[in-house]
Amino acid sequence: MPESPTLVQRVVRHQLMWPVLALVALLVVNVVATPTFFNIRMQDGHLYGNLVDIVRNSAPVMLVALGMTLVIATRGIDLSVGAIAAIAAAVACTRIVGAADEGAATTAIMACTYALVVCLLLGAWNGFLVSVLGIQPIIATLILMVAGRGISMAITDGQITTVNNSWFSDLASGFVLTLPLAFLVAVGVFLLTALLTRRTALGMLIEAVGINPEASRLAGVRSRTIIWTVYAFAGLCAGIAGLVIAANTNSVNANSLGLWIELDAILAVVIGGTSLAGGRFSLTGTFIGALFIATLARTIPNIGIPSELNYLFKAVVVIAVCLLQSPKARAVFRSRRGGPTVPTGPAAPVPAKAGSVA
Amino acid sequence: MSAITFPTSSTWDRVKGYTPPTRFLPVIATLALFVGLFGAGGVRYDGLADPQVLLSLLIDNAFLIVLAVGMTFVILTGGIDLSVGSVVALSTMIAAKTLQMGWSPYLSIAAVLATGTLLGLLMGLLIHYFDIQPFIATLAGLFLARGLTYLISVESISISDETFTQLAFKTVYFGEYYLRWTAIVALITVAIAAYVLARTRFGRTVYAIGGSESSAMLMGLRVAFTKVGVYVISGFCASLAGLLFSLYILSGNSLHAVGMELDAIAAVVIGGTLLTGGRGYVVGSLLGVLVLGIIKTLISFDGTLSSYWIRIITGVLLLAFVVVQRFATRRQS
Amino acid sequence: MTQMDVQPSETGTAAPTARTPVIEMRDISITFGSVRALSEVSLRLYPGEVHALMGENGAGKSTLIKALTGVYTIDSGTVLVGGEEHSFSSPAASQAAGISTVYQEVNLVPNLTVAENMLLGREPRRFGAINVRAMNRRARETLTGLGLDIDPASVLGEHPIAIQQLVAIARAVDVEARVLILDEPTSSLDSDEVAKLFEVMRRLREQGVAIVFVSHFLDQIYEISDRMTILRNGRLVEERMVSETSQLELVKLMIGRELEALERLDREPPNTEAEVGTPVLQALGIGRKGSLEATDLELFEGEVIGIAGLLGSGRTELARLLFGADTVDTGELTFRSERRRLRSPRHAIDRKIAFSSEDRKAEGVVGDLTVADNMLLALQASRGWLRPIPQSTRTRLVDEYIQALDIRPADPSALMRNLSGGNQQKVLLARWLITEPEVLILDEPTRGIDIGAKAQIQAKVAELAAEGLSVVFISAELEEVLRLSDRLVVMRDRRKIDERPNYDVSVSDVLEIIAGEARSEQQPEQQEETRA
Ligand SMILES: Nc1ncnc2c1ncn2[C@@H]1O[C@H](COP(=O)(O)OP(=O)(O)OP(=O)(O)O)[C@@H](O)[C@H]1O
Ligand SMILES: [Mg+2]
Repeated sequence: MPESPTLVQRVVRHQLMWPVLALVALLVVNVVATPTFFNIRMQDGHLYGNLVDIVRNSAPVMLVALGMTLVIATRGIDLSVGAIAAIAAAVACTRIVGAADEGAATTAIMACTYALVVCLLLGAWNGFLVSVLGIQPIIATLILMVAGRGISMAITDGQITTVNNSWFSDLASGFVLTLPLAFLVAVGVFLLTALLTRRTALGMLIEAVGINPEASRLAGVRSRTIIWTVYAFAGLCAGIAGLVIAANTNSVNANSLGLWIELDAILAVVIGGTSLAGGRFSLTGTFIGALFIATLARTIPNIGIPSELNYLFKAVVVIAVCLLQSPKARAVFRSRRGGPTVPTGPAAPVPAKAGSVA
Repeated sequence: MSAITFPTSSTWDRVKGYTPPTRFLPVIATLALFVGLFGAGGVRYDGLADPQVLLSLLIDNAFLIVLAVGMTFVILTGGIDLSVGSVVALSTMIAAKTLQMGWSPYLSIAAVLATGTLLGLLMGLLIHYFDIQPFIATLAGLFLARGLTYLISVESISISDETFTQLAFKTVYFGEYYLRWTAIVALITVAIAAYVLARTRFGRTVYAIGGSESSAMLMGLRVAFTKVGVYVISGFCASLAGLLFSLYILSGNSLHAVGMELDAIAAVVIGGTLLTGGRGYVVGSLLGVLVLGIIKTLISFDGTLSSYWIRIITGVLLLAFVVVQRFATRRQS
Repeated sequence: MTQMDVQPSETGTAAPTARTPVIEMRDISITFGSVRALSEVSLRLYPGEVHALMGENGAGKSTLIKALTGVYTIDSGTVLVGGEEHSFSSPAASQAAGISTVYQEVNLVPNLTVAENMLLGREPRRFGAINVRAMNRRARETLTGLGLDIDPASVLGEHPIAIQQLVAIARAVDVEARVLILDEPTSSLDSDEVAKLFEVMRRLREQGVAIVFVSHFLDQIYEISDRMTILRNGRLVEERMVSETSQLELVKLMIGRELEALERLDREPPNTEAEVGTPVLQALGIGRKGSLEATDLELFEGEVIGIAGLLGSGRTELARLLFGADTVDTGELTFRSERRRLRSPRHAIDRKIAFSSEDRKAEGVVGDLTVADNMLLALQASRGWLRPIPQSTRTRLVDEYIQALDIRPADPSALMRNLSGGNQQKVLLARWLITEPEVLILDEPTRGIDIGAKAQIQAKVAELAAEGLSVVFISAELEEVLRLSDRLVVMRDRRKIDERPNYDVSVSDVLEIIAGEARSEQQPEQQEETRA
C-alpha cells in the first residue's frame, strides 16, 4: 500500500464509517418494512413523521451518552445517570407543583435551573468519590444509583407527581424552527461539548488521563480536576435528560423514570466507537450511536416484532453492529488481512503463502 | 539482606510488628468491617447477634455467592459479565418449564447448567476472537438471556416437583443451628474456586491476564483459552446460581433477578477485587456478599422503614463501607 | 543486497552442527498501514553463536524479532526452522518450539510475584496443584545463578525497572531453549549485571544455544557477539563477522554515513564557576521511608550534576523526590530561596522543574495519542486546558523537535505506541524540553537510544547547560555520567556517599568509591551468593 489512500479508502477507514453504516442499514430495514417510513409532513409549521419522532426520542439517551462519553474516556463509568435523571425530574416537578403560579414560564425555568444545579452537585459528588477518594468508578456511582432512586422517591413522597405547565412540557413536545425542541437541546449540548473538548485542550487532556493516568500525572496534568469536572458534567447531562423525559409525560415516576438509561447510553457510546477501556473518544460517534438506539426502538414496533421478542432482537442487533465494527471480526470474515495487525493482540490467522506450513 | 542482624526483640514485639502482605489488606478490611457491622447490629437490635442469623445470611444469599464467584473470575481478567442476572432468570424459567413438561429433575438440572455454560462460551468467544468489549458482549448476553426467558413464557411458572422441593428444604443441623443444602453448595463452590485461582495454572493465568494481557500473550500463556474460560465459568456459575435461586423461590419468572448482576459486581468489588483486573480473592467476594446481606438484614430488623428509605440507607451504608475500606487500605500503601 | 557468506566462529561444541542454521528468515517484509517496517530482510542464526542485531532506532530490529516469534504476521518471506519451513502463529507457539524471548519493553505482569513471573506457564506442580514452595525455590536458584538477591515471593511491580528487566531475563534463561532472543536486555543494567548476563550467555553458547542480542552499547556487542546482522531503515545492510568489523565501520554501516557527532563526545572541563550565589534547587535532608535516607543536594544554575550508583542505590528515588513524584517524609526543598513541600509533580512543574522517568512504558508514553500530543502534553498541562497551544506554535514546536532529535518517522500524527522504543524516548525528552525548564531531571534519558542519537542528546544537554539550564543526570552508564557532569554525586544503599567536582574522575574511581564502602560490609555476602 505505498500509494496514498484514495477517497474510497479514506472513507472506508474512517472510524465513523461503521456506526453510520449500521444506522443506514437499520433505516433501510424500516423502509423495506414500511415504504412510507421516511414520509415527513408539515403541520402548523412543525414537522411530523417517523424520522422526526426518532430524533426527538433520541434526545434523552443522547444527552446522557454525551456525558458518559467523557466519563468513559477517563477510564470511568457512570451508573448513576438514571437515578440522577429521576432526581432532576422529581426536583423540577415538585417545585413546579409547589410554586405559586404553576403554569408560568418563570416557574418552569426556575424549577429546571434548580434541578440542574442539584444534578451538577450530584455529579460532582461522584467525581469526588472517584478522583479524591480513589474509589473505583463503577462502585462509586453504584452508590448513587442505589440511593438516588430512594432520594427521588423521597422528594416526590413516593407518589407519581403530575405537573401542569405548558412551558415545561414544551421541553419534550415543543418545536422550534420546525424541529423538536428536545432534539435541539441535545444538539446544543453536543455542539457545546464538542466545542469545549476539541477547541480547547480539554479533550486531549481527558484522553491522556484515560490512556495513561500515571504518565499524565507526571506530565503535570491535573487529572483530579479533570475527572471531577467530567463526572459533574455527566450529572448535568443526566439532569437535562431527566427533565426531557419528565416533560414528555408531564409527570415523574421516581421508580421508573430513566430506568436502565445508563445501559442504552453506554451502548450508544460504544456503538459510536469509543472504547470502554478509556482514551480516545468520539462525540460525533456517540451522537450517531444515540440516533441508532432511538431508531432501533422505533424499528421494533415498525417491523412488527412481538413484544416478547424485543430483547432477542436487541441482542442480535447489538452483536451484529459490534461484529461489524470489530476489525478482527471483519478480518476473520474476509479471511484476508486488511489493515495493520493489532499490535497487542495475537496475530490474526492469515492464510499462509503457498508451500509454507502454518 | 540476611546479614543484617535484628535487634533482639520479644515475641510480642514481633506480633505487634506483624503486617500482613498488602495484597490481603482489602479482604482483611472487608472482614473487619463485616464483623464491626454485625457487632454494631447485635448491640442495636435484639436477636441479631444470634449465630443463626449468620447462617441464614449464607442461606438467603447462596445464589448470590455463587454468582459472585463466577464474576470474580471474569473481573480478575479485567472483564465484566452483565449477563448473569438474566441467566439466573433464564435458568429458573428453564427449570420450571422443563419440570412442567414432565422432564426428570436431573435432566432439567443438566439442561439448565448446559444452557448457562453455553451462553458463557458464546460470550467468551465473541470477546476474545472478535475483540468485542466485555461490557457490550455481555450486555448483549443480558438481552439474549432475558429474551429467551420471555420466549419460553411470559407468565410465571411455579415449581412443584418433589425432588426440587425436597432439595430446597434439605437441611443440615449443627446442634441447634442449621444450614440449608443450597448454602453448602455455595460454600463448596467458593472453596473450589479459591483452589483453582490460587493453585492451578489456569488460575494464575487469570491473574496474569488481569495484570497485563499483552504481556501474558508475549509470555506465551494460554490467553485465549483462559479468557474464554472465565466466561464459561461465569456462565456455569450463573446457571448454578439460577438453580439455587429456583430452589429458593420455587418458580420460574422472566422478571426474576433483574439487576442482580449489579449486586454480584458490587459484592466482588466490596470484597476488594480491582475492576481493572489482576487483584482480588474469591473469599473477598464471599465477604462482599455477606456485607450486602447484613445491610439488608439490618434494615429488615429495623422494620419501620418505608421502601425508599431502605434504598437510601443501603446507599449510605454502602458508601460508609467503601470509604472506610478505602482508607483502611490506602494508609498502608 | 550484499550478503557476505560468513560462517559462525568455531565455538566449542557447536562446530559440527554449525552448517544448518537453527533459524533462517528469508526476505521478510512487514507493513503497518502505509509504513514499511521491514522489506526483504534476511537473518541466519546458527547454534552456538551470539548474533547481534544492529541498527539505529526504528531500523526494524524489534519488528524482525516479533515477526519471528509470531507476534506479527509476516507479509511475505519465509521462515525456516532447522531447515524446514515453519512460521509461528503466536508467541506461545514459538516458545513451545524452543525460542525463548525477552522483548524490548519489560513484558511481565506487575501484580504477580517475581517467582510467578519467572515460571508462569511452567510452574512446578504436585498432584496437579502449583507447588508454591518449589516454585519459589527454583526461582531463587535461577536468580542466584544470575547473582541476584531478590525475594522471589515479592510482588514484581514493587521493584524498579532494572530488576524487572533482570527478572524477564531470568524467565527467558530458565527454560531449555534452542534459541534465546534478547531485545535490548542491558539497557537499564549496571556493568555488574551485564557481566553476569554475559557469563550466562557464554555458558548457553557453549551448550549450543543460538542467541540473538540487541544492544546500542557497541562495547557490549564487541565483547559478546560472534556475528551480526545490520539493518537500516527496515532493510538488510550486511551480515558480518564482528571480529572483522571495526567500530567505526559498524557505525558507518548502521547510519549510512560518517558520524561526526561522535567526535564531540570528548570531555570538557567541569563548569565550577556555577557554584556561586543561591542554588536553583536545594534539598535539605530529604528522605522517604523505605526508599531514601536523608540526603542533601544543591543544584546551581547552568550546572550538570551526575548521579552515579548501582541499581537500587536510591538514584531514581532521589530524582522522584526532587520532582514531587513521590512525597518526602523528612527534610525540605528550596527553590530559588522559596521553601516548598512538593505534594505533586504539578508543584515542581510550576517551578520550572522537569523530570523524565526511567520507566518509559508505564510513566511516560501515552500510547494512543499522537507524537505531537505526546510532545506537547506537559506544556499544555501547565497552560491549563482553557488555553490551547495555537496551531502555528504547535506545528513549529513539534517540527523543530522532530528535526532536532531526529525522530523517526518524522510524522507528528503517528501514534506514539507505534514508534520504536528509542524514538519514544526522544519524544519524551522533547516533551520536557518544550516546557523550557530551569531544572531538568533526567533519569536514564539515553536508555535504548542508538549511538548517533545518544551523542545528539548528550550534546543537547551540554548545550542547554551552557545556556543556564541546571541538569540532574542519572544513568547506569558511568562513562556517560562522567562525560556530562560538572559535579558528581555517588549513591549507595539509598544514601549519598560521596560528592565531588568532576575533575579527572575516571570510571574506576567511581567504582572504587562505590566499592570502597561496599567492600567492608557487603562483599563477603555477595561472593557467597555467586558461588552458590
Ligand atoms: N505496530 C506498529 N504499527 C506501525 N508502525 C510500527 C509498529 N511497530 C513498529 N512500527 C514502525 O516500524 C519501524 C521499526 O520499529 P522497531 O520497533 O522494529 O525499531 P527498532 O529497530 O527496534 O528500534 P529501537 O532501537 O528504537 O528499539 C519504526 O519506524 C516504527 O515506527
Ligand atoms: Mg526495538
